[in-house]
Formats: sequence, structure tokens, C-alpha cells
Amino acid sequence: MKTRKRTPKFDRKTVRRVLKLLRAELPLFLLSLLCALVASALLLAIPLFVGNAIDLIVGKNNVDWDGVLRYAVLIGVCVLVTAVAQWTMTALNNRIAYGMVARLRNEAFRKLQKLPLSYLDSHSSGGIVSRMMTDVEQFTDGLLMGFNQFFTGIVTIAGIIGIMLAINPKIAAVVILITPLSLFAASFIASRTYSMFKKQSEVRAEQTAMIDEYIGNHKTVVAFGHENEGQAEFDEINERLGKCSLRALFFSSTTNPTTRFVNNLVYAGVALTGALLCLPIGAAAFTVGRLTAFLSYANQYTKPFNEISSVLAEIQNALACAARLFELLDEEPVAPDAPDAVVLEHADGTVRLSDVAFSYTPDRELIRDLNLDVKAGQRVAIVGPTGCGKTTVINLLMRFYDVNGGSISVSGTDVRNMTRASLRGAWGMVLQETWLRAATVRENIAMGKPEATREEVVAAAKAVHADSFIRRLPNGYDTVLGENGGSLSQGQKQLLCIARVMLCPPPMLILDEATSSIDTRMELKIQNAFAELMRGRTSFIVAHRLSTVEEADVILVMKDGRVVEQGNHSSLLAANGFYAHLYNSQFKN
Amino acid sequence: MKKLFPFLKPYRPETILAPLFKLLEAVFDLLVPIIVKQIIDKGIANGDKPFIWRMVGILGVFAAVGLVCALTAQYFAARAAVGFGTGLRSALFRRIQGFSYRETDRAGTSALITRMTSDVNQVQSGINLTLRLLLRSPIIVIGAIVMAFTVDVKGALVFVVAVPLLALVVFAILLASFPLYRRVQHNLDRVTGLTRENLTGVRVIRAFRREEEEIANFEAANDEHRRVQILVGKLSAFMNPLTLLLVDGGVIALLLLGAIRVNNGYMTTGAVIALTNYMAQILVELVKFANTVFTVNKALACAGRIQTVLETPVGMPQVPTTDDESDNDSAVTFRNVSMTYAGNSAPSLSGIDLSVRRGEVIGVIGSTGSGKTTLVNLIPRFYDVDEGAVLVNGRDVCAWNTEELRKKIAVVPQKAVLFRGTVRSNLLWGNESADDETLWKALAAAQAKEFTEQKEGGLDAPVAQNGRNFSGGQRQRLTIARALVRKAEILILDDSASALDYATEADLRTALRELPEHPAVFIISQRTASIRHADRILVLEEGRPVGLGTHEELLTSCAVYREIYQSQFRKGGETA
Repeated sequence: MKTRKRTPKFDRKTVRRVLKLLRAELPLFLLSLLCALVASALLLAIPLFVGNAIDLIVGKNNVDWDGVLRYAVLIGVCVLVTAVAQWTMTALNNRIAYGMVARLRNEAFRKLQKLPLSYLDSHSSGGIVSRMMTDVEQFTDGLLMGFNQFFTGIVTIAGIIGIMLAINPKIAAVVILITPLSLFAASFIASRTYSMFKKQSEVRAEQTAMIDEYIGNHKTVVAFGHENEGQAEFDEINERLGKCSLRALFFSSTTNPTTRFVNNLVYAGVALTGALLCLPIGAAAFTVGRLTAFLSYANQYTKPFNEISSVLAEIQNALACAARLFELLDEEPVAPDAPDAVVLEHADGTVRLSDVAFSYTPDRELIRDLNLDVKAGQRVAIVGPTGCGKTTVINLLMRFYDVNGGSISVSGTDVRNMTRASLRGAWGMVLQETWLRAATVRENIAMGKPEATREEVVAAAKAVHADSFIRRLPNGYDTVLGENGGSLSQGQKQLLCIARVMLCPPPMLILDEATSSIDTRMELKIQNAFAELMRGRTSFIVAHRLSTVEEADVILVMKDGRVVEQGNHSSLLAANGFYAHLYNSQFKN
Repeated sequence: MKKLFPFLKPYRPETILAPLFKLLEAVFDLLVPIIVKQIIDKGIANGDKPFIWRMVGILGVFAAVGLVCALTAQYFAARAAVGFGTGLRSALFRRIQGFSYRETDRAGTSALITRMTSDVNQVQSGINLTLRLLLRSPIIVIGAIVMAFTVDVKGALVFVVAVPLLALVVFAILLASFPLYRRVQHNLDRVTGLTRENLTGVRVIRAFRREEEEIANFEAANDEHRRVQILVGKLSAFMNPLTLLLVDGGVIALLLLGAIRVNNGYMTTGAVIALTNYMAQILVELVKFANTVFTVNKALACAGRIQTVLETPVGMPQVPTTDDESDNDSAVTFRNVSMTYAGNSAPSLSGIDLSVRRGEVIGVIGSTGSGKTTLVNLIPRFYDVDEGAVLVNGRDVCAWNTEELRKKIAVVPQKAVLFRGTVRSNLLWGNESADDETLWKALAAAQAKEFTEQKEGGLDAPVAQNGRNFSGGQRQRLTIARALVRKAEILILDDSASALDYATEADLRTALRELPEHPAVFIISQRTASIRHADRILVLEEGRPVGLGTHEELLTSCAVYREIYQSQFRKGGETA
């Protein structure tokens, strides 16, 4: 995701869209350009005025006082205006850039809330985060700052050449002829060092991998007394890294001295031609003051060239980032609820799946002809080996995905004809992957009911036996958890997720491997709480441990995405099929 | 920094030569305005063309010599910095390898990895920058002032006023923005964190219909981020205009002062030009210096963190003890052992009394967090006890040479970890000198022979980083084989069969019983099925022993054991 190569969508459309984005900021942007123009023009005028003032300071008793004073005031005014323009420009640029970053991120985040699960499941969250954070930033930075630098650079170069040509074309020619040398040198060094940096990052990656392995698993290393053996291997990589780094570091650091050298040559050239042109004194077309102005220009001249060449790469990169961002923003959102969608108010607990067919990808069919009639209050267990598609059923029930064929109805209404919000509100869900937000324990438990009182939260926690460990946390219920639960154990996190549902139990439940990380004794205690919760509520339970599903009214046995058997515990055992095999293997001893 | 200086020592010539050459370059830079002054005051004033050519020739020579000096300085700086980084990394790796469990726990592995990678890199660049720039800039600034004095004492007084003012402005802005930058970083982390959280929790968020709230949260954080960014942007936007104002104010002052002094005949036009040139040089260098300080400051923070790691005392002292019974009957003895992890208030183990004979199989069972792993970690002295003593072969583990002690013990850790290399190289961790026959026997006993044979290359089949190219169950069996290669007197299996199916686990148990060396075996598990055939079973509850005996004995005598058992076989009886 982070490669800088052009994406296929890098084209005129992207550029047009970027311009459209900019249009909202146009007045500020133009104002900023105006400031840049003023600042760089005045900055060029200052050496000229200084030079003119110097020309008025000729020698003993030969000073044009009025003139010097006039130029001093002029320089002062120029500097003041430049300073104000510079500050305004930077402040404006910040406002535009940061504002645009914030707006784009907000827009992208809103988009994320509307994207279908199929998109989010098939794209790594790291990649999406990188688009929202890195790409947005590089885009605005590269575009705005880049454009501004580019603009300033052009104005400076054009200004210098213009002034020089106007005053003395000969010296101007010297400057224009020698300067390309520095550009050439810089690009030569850059192309040579590229391969060195690549080599360095390869070796560095190799070393990082080894560090990860040895330090990440340090306890195993210690247990086998293998501390010294790793060192030799590490030192070998380390030596190689040292050699690569030295080359890359040294050769890349030659750029500055080299361009400075060329710049110094330009300086000497200007000094020579300028000084010679000042002769003979009095009769010459050139003056000492002009010479100082030219020398100062010679010092300023190469910098914008170097900047412009890097800016071009930056703008190109910015457009590539923009293309990636637009790709995310343009992603098809989930179809909105139909205008006549009903709001499911009191789910009666019946769920009917008729001829349901579903697949994540068109070429691999997953669920076919799934029929199931669940009466209110019934308990449905879904069992099968890992990866058999148990969670797919949940995805369909919650309408994270829509069926490809057949239908699912709740309370007698097809789920596609009711609002997603009301459907999801009717389900209580505890997932295998525990998810907690970086907030207090209390906020996490009260997620489904933010207005819950402290007593209600504590009661929910007590019901799942989480109260005692929560009280032992540094600030009890007000302890702020780290990202995804922080230091809590997997089991403790799962207890909090269960408590979340306990707080406001909806009429139907989905429990996905809900107790997989809790030791069996704790699970037994939670089972009682679950039993209480499930009483009178339609529930779907996905579980590894068959002992927890034996009492279900219906057991769906899944294998390779298909429902291979369906029945209750005793009928399935009697059938002596896949379920019986799974069940018995559990006790093989 | 004290601990880090020795790593620069081998590069002492470089650390002296780099700034020295940089200094030379700076001197040539400082001489340029003087040459220009000569050209104006002597060459142009006297119409002396050859003199002008000579002076410009000197400028060219200065440029060339300056280039050579700069390149030399860069080279030495790079050598010193890279050499320093390489040495530091090696020493840091060695130091961390020497950490005991307690030190690793305290430092945290991800922090240690950061120390070794990005922190060392930052310090390395910091050194490079320091050698090149940190000296150059002050030298140019001070040098320019000194040169100004040689040109004209009264004119130089302008510098004496302007330069401290400039320095004050630059560093005031820097100091004021430091904490703001930290806030910006913090806010950025928060925005990123919220995004990541939203993506990982998408199912829960949609199930609880919290999308709008999520958006509101995000936008608030995002807005705060923008606000502080703009604030810090406004502050640092003062840097350029203020320095410009001060420097050009100085130039104006020099022009006016110069006009007076030239008029009185105390000064030449060339001198005025030279002074304004020095003023311009100072401006450029001060801004560069400020940026350098910014980077070096960051590098110093990294250096401080690295130093902490290097200063961590490592190793566990060997304590001679009178408590040496050397009774040859007991392999491991726990004598009233208590142990508390650093930072915890409650002990993780207490009141453990247990003696294990050679060849005996001990099962250890209990809920998560009941202290099972802590118990066995005391045997190879991964941690020290706080009270009581652990004895191996009748001698306190603290009295053993740690290396010798650990050679007697083979551990199969809970986390099945393999290292990049081959199956063979991993197995040899158990015993460097084991022959192929030993390896195959160990693989067979660990139920890993079949799949190893099927892998291309057999013992030489490649193992990827962390053993990624093997399934969880295969990894687990290979780690068991690795431990068996050691032919240790004590074998510890810490929940090592969790990824194995019941049949394989049963075969493994049988194989362990038949090991020719008859080690004392500790089997930790949450499953009664895994330990019910042990000679004795120790039941732990919140760090305390609550039962010790055979499966049958415990079923009648130990309530906790019965509860665990029944939670796994709810129907009471088993279908054996």
C-alpha cells in the first residue's frame, strides 16, 4: 500500500478531483500565493537596495546621507512587509492543509461506517489506516506545501534571472551557465546512492527479523541456554549492515558539499566578472553595490533549483496518495435501507431460513439450500471444525452480509425489508474476537446502553463473575483500558464482552465461541449466567466444546461451509454420522 | 550517555578528525567575505586586474579545499557514527540475551526490540549530525563575530547586540513548540488509534448501532488534532519572519553606522560589505543550528533509554549454601516456596511443599492464573523464590551453576516457538552434539517423525521465521522433540499438548513413559484428560496447593479438582 509507484487511477480524473477539492479553499489559497509572491519579490529587492545604498557610501566625506537614509527606510519597509507576508503565508498554508486533512479524514471515517463488511473483511485494516493517515497527510503536504515551494522557487529563479539580465546580461550568463552543474551533480549522486540505500534496508530488514525472533522469544532462548549462539549470527549480520550503512550514509552525504562547491564556483565567477566590469572606476557600467547584490543572488540561486526538483517528485507522490484515498472514498457503500423498510419493534423470536444460498466469492459456493425454522425461545447450536463457515451464519443473521439466494426472516418479515438498525438491535452478540475500546471498563460494559446507571453496570458484571477482577483493577470500574483491552487477559476481556450483552439483553442472542478463552471452571459459572440469559430468548450458539451444546434444541453440524446434519443431540448421535464422530473423538482416551 | 561513550572510543581519531575538518571548512567559509572585501577595496579601487584574478583564484582554491575538507569530515563522521551504531547494537544484543525472565518481564519485549532497532538508529544519526554540524554552526557564528571585530570594532558591536537576540528568538520558539509537538504526536496517535479501533470492532459497533457515536468521537479527536496543529504552526511560523527582521535590522544598522564611519574615513566600503555578508552567514547558521539541536535532543532521549537497558544488572548470583543434602532419591524438592512477581502485591505462589522422585510423572492442574507456570519456572531458576527453597538433586538451585543446572532440565514452553533455520538446527538447540539417530528418536517420541519425513529435506527441511511454515500442532510436537533431544533429568511440559488431538496426545504420553533416561516429568494442563494418568497430581488454586494425589484420590478428596473434572466431563462418567 505504501509503494510510491503510480496506481492505475493516477490520471487526469484524479487531478481534476484534486482541483475540485482545492476550489473550496480557493480564496485562502490565492491569498497565500499572493503572500508568497510579495515575500519572494521583496526578498529579491532587498539585496538590490543594500547594493544601491553601498554605492552611495563611496569614501571619506563622500557619502550621500539622504540617499543612504532613504534606502535604509526602504529596506526596513521591505523587511517588515516580507515578514508579515511570510507569517501570513505560513499560517494560511497551515490552515488550508490541516483543515483539508481533517475534512478528508472525517469524510473517510464516515465512509468507513457505511462500507459493507465484505470490503472491510477483504482489506487489511493496516492498509485502510495507512490510507486515512499517511496518504491523507502526504497528499495535502505534498500538494500544498509542494505547490507553494514550487511557486516561490519559480518566482525566485525568474526574479533573479530577470534582475540580472536587466542589470547585466554578461554576469547573468555566467550564473545561468554554471548552475546546471549542481543539478547534474545532485541527481548523479542520488541515482548512485539509491542502490546503496536499498541494500541497506534489505540488510536492516534481515537484522530486524532476527531481533524480533530472538528478543521476542527470549524466554525460549534462555530456557535452552542458547544466548551465546545467536550472538555470532547477529554480529555477522551487524557487520554487513555496518558496511552497507557506511557506504549509503557517506555517499548520500556528499550531495550537500558538492552542490555547495558548485555554488561557490558560481560565486567566484560572479565576483570575477563583476569586479572586472567595475573597471575602470567611474567609467564602468557596473558598481560595487551592484556586485554585492549579484553575489547575494549567486548565493540564493541554486537553492530553489534543488527544491523544485524534489517538489516535482513530491507532487507526483501526492497525486498517487490522492488516487489511493479517492479509491477508498469511492468504494460502494452498503445499499441504504429501503424507504418502506419496517422498523422491527418487538421481535417475537422466530427466525426462519428458507433455501438460503451464500458465497463470499462467486467462484466458491459456500452455503446452499439451508433451511431452518426456529421457534421463539429455541436454542440453536452450530458446530463443526474450524473454518467450516460457522461464523458465516452469524454474518447473515446480523445482516453483515446479504444472502445470495433464498431468504431469512425474523418475526415473519424478510430481514431485507426491515431497517438494519432495528434488526441488529433485536440481537445480542458476543463474538469470539473480543473487542474493547480504549475507554473505561464502565463505558465498555455500557456500550449498548450508555445511559445505564452504575448499579446496572455492576449487576451485569456480577452476573458474569467479572465484578471481582474489575474491583481489583487500579480504579475499579473507572479504570481506563488500553487499546483493545490493554493488559486484561483474554478471558477477562471476554467476560466484559458478555457483561455488555447482560446489561441490556435483547430478545435474541448470538454467542460465538463466547467462552473459548475462559478456563472450564469459570466457563461453568458463566454457563449458569448464560442459561439465565437465554431463558425465553431465541439463541444461536457457536461452540467448539460439544459439551456446551448438548442441550440445544437444534444442532446444525457444518463441514466445509455446508450444513451436513441437523437435529438434536440424541438424534444426531443415533444417526452415527459426522456429529457422532466429532462427539466421540472428544473422549477418545 | 556515560555508558554509550565507550562505543565511540575505537573511533577516537574519527571523532576528532570529523569536526576538525568541518572546522577547516568553516574557516574557509569565514574567509570569503574578507577576500571579497580585498577585491573591492584593493582590486577595484586601484584598478588592479591581476590582483582581482589572484583573489578570485583564491576563492576557487577555497571552494576546492572546502569541498575536500567537507567530504573528509563527512567520511569520518559517517565512519564514527556507523561504527558506534554497530558496536552498540552488538553489545545491546549481548546484554539483552543475558537478561533473566525477571528483567525481560520488566522491560517488555516490544520495548527491547524498539531499543535495538529505531533507538539505536536515531542515536547513530544523532552522532553523525553532532560530529558534522553541532560544532560547525557555533564556530561560524562566533567566527563571524570575531571576523567582524577584525574588520571594524565599532561595526562589530552591532553583532554583539543582534546575535544574542537572534539566538534568543530561535531558541524561545523552539522551546515553546517542543511540548506542543509532543501534544500533536499524542493527538495523532489518538486519531490513528480510533481509526484502528473502529476497524477492528466494526462488527460490535454495528451490532450495537454505535456508528454515529463513533463518528462524533472521531471528529472531536480529529478536530482537537487540527486545532493544536494550527496552533503549533502559528508559533513556528514566527521563526522565519522574526529572524529575517533581526538580521535585516542588523544590516540596516550596519549600513547607517558604515555610512558614518566611511564618511569619517575610519572604514572602507568593502568593510561595510564584508560586515553585511557576515550578518547573512550568521542567519543561515543559526537556523541550521536550531534544527540540529532539535534532532540531537531526540537522539539524546533514545540514548537515555538505551543506557537504561545497558545498566540493567543481569545474571543471578550463585549462592553457596550449607543446605546441600544431595540425597539421591529426590529430583526436585519445593520447600515451603513463595514467589511474588515484581510489581504485584499478592504472591503468585505460596506454601508449596513437594518432593518429586526421579522418573516420577507429576501433573499440575488449575485455572488460568493459578500459578502452574510460575511453579515450574522456579526449577530452572528462571525466577528466584521469595521464601523457601527449590532443590534439584538435593541442592538449592541458587547454589548451582546456572548453566549446569539448566542442562539437566528440558522445557517445552507454552508458546510453541521455532527459530529460522532447519528442523535439525532447531532440534540441536536441545543438545549441540546430538547425532541423527538421537534426533529421529526424539521426533518419534514427540509424534513428529511422520510429518518430518514427509517434508522435503527431512531433518534439513527449512524452518521459516517463528516456524510459520509449520502448523500449530506440528510446531508444538517439534518443540517437544527439541526438549527430548536434551535427554534431561527433568522434563517440563507447560501446556504443551493443547494443539494436539486426543489420540496423538495419548501416544505422546505413552512415549514419554518409555524414555530410556527416565526423567522426572512435570505436565501442566487445564485438561484433566492430559494429566489423569500422572503418578501424582498437584492442584493449584490462586497460587496455593489445594490437592495432591492420584486422579482417583483427588476425585474424592479435592473439591476443586472434582469441579474441574466435572466441568469437562459433565455427564460424570466417561465414554472411554
